[in-house]
Amino acid sequence: MSKQTAEPPSAANAEEQQSSTGAGVMDAPPDVDPQLLKKERDQAKARQKDRFSGLDNDQLIELYRQMLLIRRFEEKSAEAYVAGKIGGFCHLYIGQEAVGVGAISAIRQDDYVLASYREHGLALAKGMSARSVMAELFGKATGCSKGKGGSMHMFDKSVGFLGGHAIVGGQIPLATGTAFATKYQGTDQVTLCFFGEAAVNQGAFHESLNMAQLWKLPCIYICENNQYGMGTSLARAMSLRDIAQKACAYEMASEFVDGMDVLAVREATLRAVERARKDYLPTLLEIRTYRFMGHSMSDPGNYRTRAEIEKYQERDPLKLFSASLLEEKVLDQKALDELDRRAHEEVDDSIRFGDESPLPDPEELYTDIYANPIEPGRK
Amino acid sequence: MATITIREALNQALREELARDEKVFLMGEEVAEYDGAYKVTKGLLREFGAKRVIDTPITELGFAGLGVGAAMAGLRPVIEFMTFNFSILATDQIINSAAKMLYMSGGQFNIPIVFRGPSGSAFQVSSQHSQAIESWYAYFPGIKVVMPSTPADAKGLLKSAIRDDDPVIFMEQERMYGNKGEVPDDPDFTIPLGVADVKREGKDVTIVARSLTVPLALKAAEQLEQQGVSCEVIDPRTIRPLDIETIIESVKKTNRVVIAEESHPICGVGAEISAEIMERAFDYLDAPVKRVSGADVPMPYAKNLENLAIPDVDRIVAAVREVAYLD
Repeated sequence: MSKQTAEPPSAANAEEQQSSTGAGVMDAPPDVDPQLLKKERDQAKARQKDRFSGLDNDQLIELYRQMLLIRRFEEKSAEAYVAGKIGGFCHLYIGQEAVGVGAISAIRQDDYVLASYREHGLALAKGMSARSVMAELFGKATGCSKGKGGSMHMFDKSVGFLGGHAIVGGQIPLATGTAFATKYQGTDQVTLCFFGEAAVNQGAFHESLNMAQLWKLPCIYICENNQYGMGTSLARAMSLRDIAQKACAYEMASEFVDGMDVLAVREATLRAVERARKDYLPTLLEIRTYRFMGHSMSDPGNYRTRAEIEKYQERDPLKLFSASLLEEKVLDQKALDELDRRAHEEVDDSIRFGDESPLPDPEELYTDIYANPIEPGRK
Repeated sequence: MATITIREALNQALREELARDEKVFLMGEEVAEYDGAYKVTKGLLREFGAKRVIDTPITELGFAGLGVGAAMAGLRPVIEFMTFNFSILATDQIINSAAKMLYMSGGQFNIPIVFRGPSGSAFQVSSQHSQAIESWYAYFPGIKVVMPSTPADAKGLLKSAIRDDDPVIFMEQERMYGNKGEVPDDPDFTIPLGVADVKREGKDVTIVARSLTVPLALKAAEQLEQQGVSCEVIDPRTIRPLDIETIIESVKKTNRVVIAEESHPICGVGAEISAEIMERAFDYLDAPVKRVSGADVPMPYAKNLENLAIPDVDRIVAAVREVAYLD
């Protein structure tokens, strides 16, 4: 492996190096009257509609269908958690759907995705079934990880979803390693690595970005900046808050992206994927988003105001996208309602499946510890 | 059979496994162009090239995690820590990722990786560079922990570790790289993990020793033979899983046990072996199990203090005489 210094980001054009206040990036909504909010929303919608070109109606509808499925899945997960069917921690993806769906729509099934513990939506977007994810949440034998992983450890080798990792930032070196492996094996697969903005303060983030650019590894680091690490705001936790800028420290390409616009996320990821497949170059994407629910189901959420949440809900990625789809006549209200009905149906089916599935056999306690178990006294 | 050092035996094992399997690669600080901080990887860059033998920045958490990720995607990494002292920075990836991945993925992702490097006490490098931390790693299900004490064991066990489909912590003793011994020439020579070796047969007292204390125990056994005490020396070689059966068999024969280790006594491997003996062979014991451990202090620099902190032949001899009620 050569240790060449990376060339300057090949596509470091104006569009990709926008400042945090540049067009197309979501900042905190202004704390002002509803008129201005509406204007901002309209501008966001106009930008989104400009991005429709190059996608046919089926592709657009599929993106919306996935976002809707995740939204309904997470709403039902919250209900099931309150009902006691889901244990432990449960970190919901509501509000961030455009990030996972937009980014994963830009890769192939044989590409890898690694994520943090807020990964139900990403697992679904990568092609895991609602049944296998819900059954895992229920701790059932039919879950994707046989009931041994739970909410924070979803895995499915068959679709290239490599977890579900629950130490903040822990998946970042792992994803750097899968990218290393695909390059070593001479394939053109890429890795998407999702993490929250709080993970950026971990050493694992910086160690990984350094190695990835130094060795030219095809990893796309996707920082989902939802602006809170549990109850601590970004402002209280980070000295340099424009996270995409941190890529400069490693000579890595980066972009700020509006995480409420699924098409903006998709386009930015496509650019990064091209760079990774062609030239084995990594990219850092800072995708600005917001979670509408607490950090986890046990979060009282008293560190932010109802008003703040409501302002961001004005930019709900599903509302924005459905409005764009309607205005561009990709589908009508009836078709939207039908999509919603089917999403509900799929999630209800996953709940039934989870309910009816058996608990893991007690013997499973002692399986899957070693791939090559060594029997005591073996000679 | 050639007589070679542990360093050379490890080098041979790495060379043979790199040649045998394209999926194996070696990564760590100074492993390539510098030929290894302890020269274990000497010549491997020249032979296998920079794709397979990779120098890293000083970024232990990063390259340990990179190795685990590469293993998830089908490779068989050998990650060298310049010393295991530095693995402490990487414990999150070793314990939370490597050890648990197979289990928490419901059996989907095993991690065939070896973390290897020198461990234990070194020569006058004080507290942060001179410590035995095998009990940390041995604590966790999902990991295997190997500690060879001879060139043949080093070679045979490292080859098995690289071929194994689970994460293996492979601890080489920093003071022992130059120790010599006979090693079979057969390139397919391996030693299975999880099997203890009786290094010396005896009938009066069992000495369980590992790594640094194995040659010390053998010397002690020679002296004790002059004094009319016959010692059996058992080297578990693999700490997890531990071949407790071989130890218990010996205890049932000798009825007296000394455990010699350079690690701290508290929560150590010796404490675990002692508990197993009590649970499985209490009625066979003619004396309490006796441990000879490293001093329960951070390692000092001064030579005289360092000598006091590490087990030696005299202390093992004294312990054997104590359990044999000779003094």
